[in-house]
Amino acid sequence: MDTGEIKKALQATNGPPLWLLAELTYRCPLHCVFCYNPVEFALTERELDTDGWIRVLREARALGSVQCGFSGGEPMVREDLEILVAEAHRLGFYTNLLTSGVGLTEERAALLKQAGLDHIQLSFQDSTREMNDFLSHTKTFELKQRVARMIKANGWPMVLNVVIHRMNVDCIDKIIEMAVELEAEYLELANSQYYSWAHVNRDHLLPSREQLQRAERITNEYRARLGDKIRMFFVVPDFYENRPKKCMNGWGNVFLTITPDGTALPCHTAKMLPGLSFPNVRDMDLRAIWYDSEGFNRFRGTGWMKEPCRTCPEQEKDLGGCRCQAYLLTGDPANADPVCDKSPLHGVVTEAVAKAQRPDSERGSVQPLVFRDPKQSRRLIAEAG
Amino acid sequence: MSTPISTATSTPASGPAALQARPRVGSSFRLQWEQVQQSWVLLFPEGMVKLNGSAGEIMKRCDGARSVGEIVTDLEGSFGVQGLQGDVLAFLEIARGKRWIEG
Repeated sequence: MDTGEIKKALQATNGPPLWLLAELTYRCPLHCVFCYNPVEFALTERELDTDGWIRVLREARALGSVQCGFSGGEPMVREDLEILVAEAHRLGFYTNLLTSGVGLTEERAALLKQAGLDHIQLSFQDSTREMNDFLSHTKTFELKQRVARMIKANGWPMVLNVVIHRMNVDCIDKIIEMAVELEAEYLELANSQYYSWAHVNRDHLLPSREQLQRAERITNEYRARLGDKIRMFFVVPDFYENRPKKCMNGWGNVFLTITPDGTALPCHTAKMLPGLSFPNVRDMDLRAIWYDSEGFNRFRGTGWMKEPCRTCPEQEKDLGGCRCQAYLLTGDPANADPVCDKSPLHGVVTEAVAKAQRPDSERGSVQPLVFRDPKQSRRLIAEAG
Repeated sequence: MSTPISTATSTPASGPAALQARPRVGSSFRLQWEQVQQSWVLLFPEGMVKLNGSAGEIMKRCDGARSVGEIVTDLEGSFGVQGLQGDVLAFLEIARGKRWIEG
């Protein structure tokens, strides 16, 4: 997983949705405080059925999609997962399952293997039972260790994904040692990004600069010691950068997400953006959605930009950053991502960062952690009016 | 999957041993032709490498059955050119370093 190479490869191609993310369901046995599913997920009523997803897979493959991620929520709660994986495999997709491991029994693992599943990414919330169970609000840690061994026993390459934040970043050495013990090929130390539930819980999650620097140093020490044994990816949260990320490698450029109810999105959080309508695969075929729909064309390229992006010499490099972050932090998705220090609203980021430097004991009252569940989702919807 | 790849440093870049090797696509990669992209690609967990024309032609011949010498001969025959051995060996060395091929 050499990101540089992938990026180069992706940029060289011109436009097909190479990456299809099939969010099969928002149902999930976990209640993670940094979940990127929309806080309004409880509004989703009708999931696409098996035939609906098969049509999505066929249309996406015909468009040129080649990587398919089955995600959620927890994709294992879909009883037709094996059917969908088999169809994706038959169509020539490289199939990835992104799971918490809950529901992945020996029987289902065997069926998924038979269906042609290529790879499993297993998420851990942390390396100690207490922290894992606390952050996901469940008792799942031992189960995850069992699942990790099952993945290896079936011969799948395994990527361990651990979301990193203020409450676990100081345990980075333990997290790396756990990944080594479980024989993961790849370890993604994915610093939390502040959307959806992580946006609600940001004060609890954003680490201090000192925490991050220490974690990065320790990661580098392990890299030097472990060599090729395991490949580790450590991405600094962009609140600590002064230029924004080229979000999703460009809006409507590579990534296509289909949400549980069939809404097509250029990224998995874009549904939050106001004034944009995103088509549903029940009403329109994917080719029209990808190439012709208003939602996918709105922020393609640079034509939509306002100042300071409009005349910025770096506009092609980051394409103005993330539209969702611009909306969440400035109220207008067409603004520059305020992570950029050229943004007149960059202060909202520096303020959050300044707050994160103070120890928890000196930060006054912080609202309690909000765990992702349907009840909290309905509460947040009601509060938003 | 977890077979260690130990040949990366021990395989010489040229010489008889290099020509006798029978490389195959690395166990954590899948090589396939993509119609929409009009190219050979290597797929791996959540990622893709798009191969250029010559890399694709070499990689698709790495089937574990043909020797490097046979691959060179085949390429020279297919494209009506001579003297490809150096280029093929150089590419295979890079590909081995990236674990795109084994053996």
